[in-house]
Parts: sequence; C-alpha cells; structure tokens
Amino acid sequence: MTGRPRAATEDHPLVKFALCAIAIGFIALFLVMPLATVFSEALAQGWRMAFDALAEPDALAAIRLTLIVAAIAVPCNMVFGLAASWAIAKFDFRGKNLLITLIDIPFSVSPVVAGLVYVLIFGLQGWLGQWLRDHDIKIVFALPGIVLATIFVTFPFVARELIPLMADQGRDEEEAAVSLGASGWSTFFRVTLPNVKWALLYGVLLCNARAMGEFGAVSVVSGHIRGLTNTMPLHVEVLYNDYQYVGAFAVASVLALLALVTLALKSLLEWQFAGEIAASHHH
Amino acid sequence: MSLVIDSVAKKFERFPALKGVSLTVPKGCFMALLGPSGSGKTTLLRILGGLEFADLGHINFDGLDWLALPARERRAGFVFQQYALFRHMTVARNIAFGLNIRPRRTRPSRAEIARRVEELLALVQLDGLGKRYPSQLSGGQRQRVALARALAIEPRMLLLDEPFGALDAKVRKDLRHWLRGLHERLGLTTIFVTHDQDEALELADLVAVMNQGRIEQVATPSELRGAPASPFVADFLGQEPAGPGVVPLRTGSRSSPGPRGGESSFQAR
Ligand SMILES: Nc1ncnc2c1ncn2[C@@H]1O[C@H](COP(=O)(O)OP(=O)(O)OP(=O)(O)O)[C@@H](O)[C@H]1O
Ligand SMILES: [Mg+2]
Repeated sequence: MTGRPRAATEDHPLVKFALCAIAIGFIALFLVMPLATVFSEALAQGWRMAFDALAEPDALAAIRLTLIVAAIAVPCNMVFGLAASWAIAKFDFRGKNLLITLIDIPFSVSPVVAGLVYVLIFGLQGWLGQWLRDHDIKIVFALPGIVLATIFVTFPFVARELIPLMADQGRDEEEAAVSLGASGWSTFFRVTLPNVKWALLYGVLLCNARAMGEFGAVSVVSGHIRGLTNTMPLHVEVLYNDYQYVGAFAVASVLALLALVTLALKSLLEWQFAGEIAASHHH
Repeated sequence: MSLVIDSVAKKFERFPALKGVSLTVPKGCFMALLGPSGSGKTTLLRILGGLEFADLGHINFDGLDWLALPARERRAGFVFQQYALFRHMTVARNIAFGLNIRPRRTRPSRAEIARRVEELLALVQLDGLGKRYPSQLSGGQRQRVALARALAIEPRMLLLDEPFGALDAKVRKDLRHWLRGLHERLGLTTIFVTHDQDEALELADLVAVMNQGRIEQVATPSELRGAPASPFVADFLGQEPAGPGVVPLRTGSRSSPGPRGGESSFQAR
C-alpha cells in the first residue's frame, strides 16, 4: 500500500489523462494564449514604447476615468447587493421572486441594450432630455451616464454571491442575536455581515473587475470623447482602430493586469482564510 | 408570579399551528412540552421568545404583558434546536454576546464580562474551551455553549427547544440529569420542548401534552402515567388507552379538546 491515495471514483488512468489534457488545452488556447499575446504585443517594440503610450494624456485620462467609475459603481452595488440579498434571504414579502428575477436582468440583457435605454431616457431626444438641458445637467456622454451604465451591468455580482449563502445560513443566528437583546443594527453588523464577509469581498472583486472592463453599455453612453469620456476599454478600441497597436495593447495590458491582480487577491484571501471560509459555510 | 398563557392562537397562512392554547407555568417550574412532530411545540415556544407573533390570546409573565414586549426586551433565554451559535465567534465571544451588545451605560466592564464568561464556562463544564470556534466542538458541547450564552443575559425564563434532539442516547441521558441539576441550582422558570416522553417524564415537574395545536393534558409525570386524560395521551405515552367504560381519573372538561383544552390543574412536586 504505497503511493498516492486513490479515490474510489477514479477512472482509468488514460481517461483521466485525456480529460486533463482537454481541459488544459482549452485553457491554454482560449485563456492563456490571448493573455500572453496582449502582453507580448504591448512590449513588441520594447518597454520604453509601451510606457510612453501609457503616459500619453488621453491614456492617463482613460485610466483615471475607469478608476473613478469603478470607485463609484462598486460601492453602490455593494450596498445595493447587501440590501437586496439581506431582504431576500432573511425576510418574507410579496414580490420576492420578482425581485430575484429582476436582479438577473443585467446578466440576460445585452449591455448595448442597457446603454441604449439610458440614452433613451436621459439623452437629448430622450424623455428627460429637455428637462435635463434646462437644468444644465449632463448625463449621457458624460461621467454620470457612464457610471449609471456600469452600475446596471455590474449590479448582480454582489447579490448573486450573497443570496445563496445567506439563504443557506438562514435566520437562526439573527434570531439568537435578537433573543439575546441585540437591536436590528447590531444584529446586522455583528452577525449577518461577518457571516458573509468573504462572499461579499468576492462579489465586490468580481464586480470591480467587470466594472473596469465593461465595454458595450459604456460604449453607447460615453460618446467616445477622447481624454474625457473614454474609459480604458473604449480607449483600447480607439487606439486599435487608429493602428496604434503598441498603445492599444499597452492599455489592454493594464486592464489585463488589473484582472490578474483581482484574481491573485481572491486566491490569496481564499488561501489565507481557508478555515474561516469553510466554517462560514457549515457549522 | 407565574407565566400565564391564555388562549394563544397562531395561523401560518391558512394552517392553524396553535388553536387556542392556555397554560399556567408556576414560577421556578420545570415544564415540558411533549407532543408529536408538528403539534405546535416550537411555535408556542417561539411565541414565548418573541420570535413569532400570536394572532390571538394573551401572555402574562410576572405582571408584564409579555406579548407587548419586543423579543429583544424580553430577556428570555432561548436555546435553539440547531444551537444557532455564531459561527464566526469563539465560544467565549458567543457567551459574551448578550453582554457585549448592551449600551455602554449598562454594559459590564471587559474584565467583568471575561469573569462572567469563565464562570459560565465552568457552569456548563466547558472550562478551557473558550478560544475554540463552534465548528471545533461536539454536538453536546455546542448545546452547552448555547445554554451558557442564554444564561449570560440573566434570563427571566429559559426556553429550550429540543435541546438534546441531535445527540445520541448516552449523551442525552447525561445532559438530561445535568440540566435538571442546573435547573434546581438556578431556580429559573424553564420550558422544555421534547418529543421524547422518557425525557419529559423524567425531567419535568409538569408535562403539557400537545396534539395538533392544542394542549391535551397538563399533569405531573406520575399523574400522567397513572391517568392519561385522553386516548391520544394514552396512545402517545404508549399505554393502554382507557377503555370505553373506564373513566380516567382526572379527565373532566379536558377530555374534550375545546379552545381551553389546557386548563391546568396540578400540583408541582
Ligand atoms: N413558518 C411556518 N410556515 C408555515 N407553517 C409552519 C411554520 N412553522 C411551523 N409551521 C407548521 O405549524 C405546525 C407546528 O409546527 P411546530 O414547529 O410548532 O411543530 P413542533 O411541535 O415543534 O414539531 P417538531 O417536533 O417536528 O419540531 C406544523 O404543522 C408546521 O408545518
Ligand atoms: Mg419543533
């Protein structure tokens, strides 16, 4: 009895090998290769050129805008996601199933449609267009529109992460807290929130990754004003269409790096707090 | 100076879980609620704890309109069937929870809280386990942590929902005697839900037998053994139901399950 422990469900070694090969091949072909290409294209003419492309004012403006948009949209969706999943998991009310369905809309609707809806409402020819112009408020083709579109698209991430966990945890601990004299406020902050903090963090990371990477919806409402309303993904497109490959891939690399950092952060957290995360899932 | 439950009724959607329950629990009494699954034991206990709301009826405790008090002001020590320990807190923090959340004015000092926690850990025989997390404890240990946590707030009554339901027979037996001893030391009014008749008959001063949202009989264990008030009680206790000709000793109006089926005439032991 030497060697690795073998699972009872394990298949013939050849089958196992084939499955692994397919999985790894797929990942390499569809994930690793494109990612590697992005970096290699960015550095095709040396580090110098790549950095110069990033230091260009329009590129810097795009990076800044992306960060600002994420900094507004992510907290909004965190609060919304927490509130919605708390209500759904811990209370009974009419229209609960409708709310659950509504939360998923951004996943099923094309982002372009979402963008168009905002243009229809807030655009110059839109329902509120006249009123907004009279009051000198700019939403479409400006920061507010981009933020709105981003919030719409990234709206389900936190809630989707939290709802199953909260529903699984039930109301027992909250009831215990209340019977021990806790107010609704301290029940939430001392019991509910700590119990979902890892899922919340995970949802926020995913939400952030998507918020910075969103293209479709933002593209419709942004108006593509260079240095003003171009986020990083939009700027990548603009540069690419201008045949500025180094610039396009340099900005794309920054986006890809942000995604990789998100991923690394998530893995680090999972590894660091494996015990605690497991404990929050079952007693 | 007792707990008086008067015609409490509760419906879930259309389903009547409690159909007018009346019950008097003398101060310091150890009362068992015994009944088959679905008979409304948990519902009654949760109404007492303020976790569920009665549709009808009154409850008076120590001269207080009990139902008018929100759960957090009742100070009813509730021990849940599934423990409901705070999984992200150590045992010590679990026990200290009810003290830590008090407003600063009434909160004991940190040293005082730590001392109380040690005391309670000793009381439930878990000395030295304060730093563990609930997931690192056995079922019986978790149950005792839940009890210590409920006792920490110096409850006015103790409500236990099948506290030993998830434990094996041997542990059940041990904890049963330990709980009875604890009750005698603390002198708290205790209501204890169980569907195990041995447990109820062995532990309790008084047993209320429930069936389908009604109380069939309230009696001391020996009375219950000797004179089941209805065929249901006899059957549930696994005894020969009183034959058609034999009138059980203590039936009276209680044999007809009316809305006041739980009129309690008894004497505590
Ligand atoms: N939240 C609820 N919604 C709908 N019905 C409920 C709810 N809680 C309890 N009931 C119903 O009320 C009845 C009484 O339930 P209760 O939990 O009080 O029974 P119990 O005597 O504690 O049973 P058990 O021994 O199985 O715990 C059951 O028929 C149950 O299905
Ligand atoms: Mg029950």
